[in-house]
Amino acid sequence: MSNKLISQMGLPSSLANVFSARNILTAKDALSLPEFDLMALLDVDRDQVRTAVARISEIACPPCRTALSLMEDRALTGGYLPTRLLGLDRALRGGIPFGALTELVGPSGIGKTQFCLKLALLAALPSSYGGLNGRVIYMDTESKFHSTRLIEIGRSSFPHIFNSEGMAQEMAGRIIVLRPASLDELTERENERSTTGQKQHSCHLPLSFLKSLAEFSQIPIVVTNQVRSQNNYEVVHYPFQGNTDRTSCMLEKLESHLIASLGIQWAHAVTIRLIFEAHSGQRFIKISKSPTSPAIAFPFLVKSSGIALLSDEGLEVTGSEMSTIRCEGLNVLVEGAEPFPHLGC
Amino acid sequence: MSASIAMAESSRSGGHALLDGAQTAWDMLSEEQMQKPITTGCEELDTILGGGIQCKAVTEIGGIPGIGKTQLGIQLAVNVQIPVQYGGLGGKAVYIDTEGSFMVERAHQIIEGCIADLFENFEHRKQSLVCPDILQPNSFLANIFYFRICSYTEQIAAVNYLEKFLEEHQDVNIIVVDSITFHFRRDFDDLAMRTRVLGGMSSKLMRFAKKHNLAVVLLNQVTTKFVDGSFQLTLALGDSWSHACTNRIILYWNGNERHAYIDKSPSLRSASAPFQVTSKGIRNVTSNCKRVRMM
Repeated sequence: MSNKLISQMGLPSSLANVFSARNILTAKDALSLPEFDLMALLDVDRDQVRTAVARISEIACPPCRTALSLMEDRALTGGYLPTRLLGLDRALRGGIPFGALTELVGPSGIGKTQFCLKLALLAALPSSYGGLNGRVIYMDTESKFHSTRLIEIGRSSFPHIFNSEGMAQEMAGRIIVLRPASLDELTERENERSTTGQKQHSCHLPLSFLKSLAEFSQIPIVVTNQVRSQNNYEVVHYPFQGNTDRTSCMLEKLESHLIASLGIQWAHAVTIRLIFEAHSGQRFIKISKSPTSPAIAFPFLVKSSGIALLSDEGLEVTGSEMSTIRCEGLNVLVEGAEPFPHLGC
Repeated sequence: MSASIAMAESSRSGGHALLDGAQTAWDMLSEEQMQKPITTGCEELDTILGGGIQCKAVTEIGGIPGIGKTQLGIQLAVNVQIPVQYGGLGGKAVYIDTEGSFMVERAHQIIEGCIADLFENFEHRKQSLVCPDILQPNSFLANIFYFRICSYTEQIAAVNYLEKFLEEHQDVNIIVVDSITFHFRRDFDDLAMRTRVLGGMSSKLMRFAKKHNLAVVLLNQVTTKFVDGSFQLTLALGDSWSHACTNRIILYWNGNERHAYIDKSPSLRSASAPFQVTSKGIRNVTSNCKRVRMM
């Protein structure tokens, strides 16, 4: 929309010529300038500029839809990829939604990749078995994808499918694994830069691309994210919250605190955030951010058939606990995890 | 040269327009008293807001991810539609979604919750006060005009286009922009230019609010700022933007409760109110100690 050409917008030719003479060729060029600047640049009066901008805006503006038509569209596409974890699907009102960005964040080795492998399989399964009967693009930036493990999950979870002739090949054949060099580069660059400004820039391109892709093709997009330890100066208070909170803040800093990487901007941008964490001797999947569900944490285990919930009821989580990530009593490090004993990674 | 002459001429004619649009403070007072605010669904929050979100004003609502900004935005887009017979404005909503956070299933859920509460509160009336077709979820959904914005160009274009749109849809009583920040934080390299473009956009929105008697609600993200030797949370887009809105509300966590704080307002006192996000939408915090299961 932003790249629409002014020359094709039906402006009176004299005006259109003035725009192109000043190298204002697209809607983006014209609308990035304040009205005053445009007037000065094009040397035309205010009314003409206003009419032109109104016309350009009307064309560059996306079409208006009612929420009702959105609902009707949703009904057609189905809308969710069920995870087969009953409690989680119930809390998410169906499963991983289409058209939105779902993030899995947690320390290394906790089970994010296991979850992703299972999801990839579920998407590939024929609809008669409850899958989406589709192809999957699996972007593996950390070389964690193991086809042996994928087949193991498949055989354990859906023995009747995977043991029949050729099905394993068919299912595995639907999952395309990409090891993009450019995203690797992106992660490396992210670690090198120390200034905040640069860091924000480096995650912009994939973010908007992923979101648009999810929406226009109405598919689920799942991303995993790493964690890092919280820095000393990362306070989460507003000026009006005053000094009374400082003491409790100091106590919090003494505990081990992890936060999701990529900062608060990324956190704003994802639609659903599922936190994988460990405490009290168990691992939990916690719905941290979701428009349709309250914050609930489900204890889980990793089995040969993938992730399994220990309870479908879940524990309600309140307050700032919703966004904290705990990693206690788990034999993993934040960077460079101890691999699962039975996996050869 | 001709541009400066043109500007001088238009300012002369603009001067007349300025006088035409002027009102005495007394007239404004009667107008303000008659103007119905839009309820948020939470009584305590409504109280500190002077009844609810005010029309003819631009209200900025900011907070960290997950605190409930979009929830409140959707709730307002629903509550503006509460029929006049039930104490509402009976208006329509424009929802400008810049991040793709609007989930229509959630809007449906909130609408159902709103309708259910209306029936419960007006139980003593044997019949429905309005035609039953109006109090249907689909009818509410049809009254939310949705724009999905994918770049700052589209955002500017949409706000410009609203001028025409609002002329054609005079019954719109609220514009929600969710969020105003997203696209402007990333792609704009020239910060001075950004400030001016944003300034132009906000003054347009203010003009719409006054002219069409509607509420403009701008949802904003947060960022950290280094002040007085420590990092503090603040709303995004910088100091110059903070002058653009009439009222500013910050949603934050106070222990385990969600709170809303009036950070800036020419007419409302700085105060804080607790609220809850339930399956029905934004509501009061329940007073009983036992936490109610939200599903």
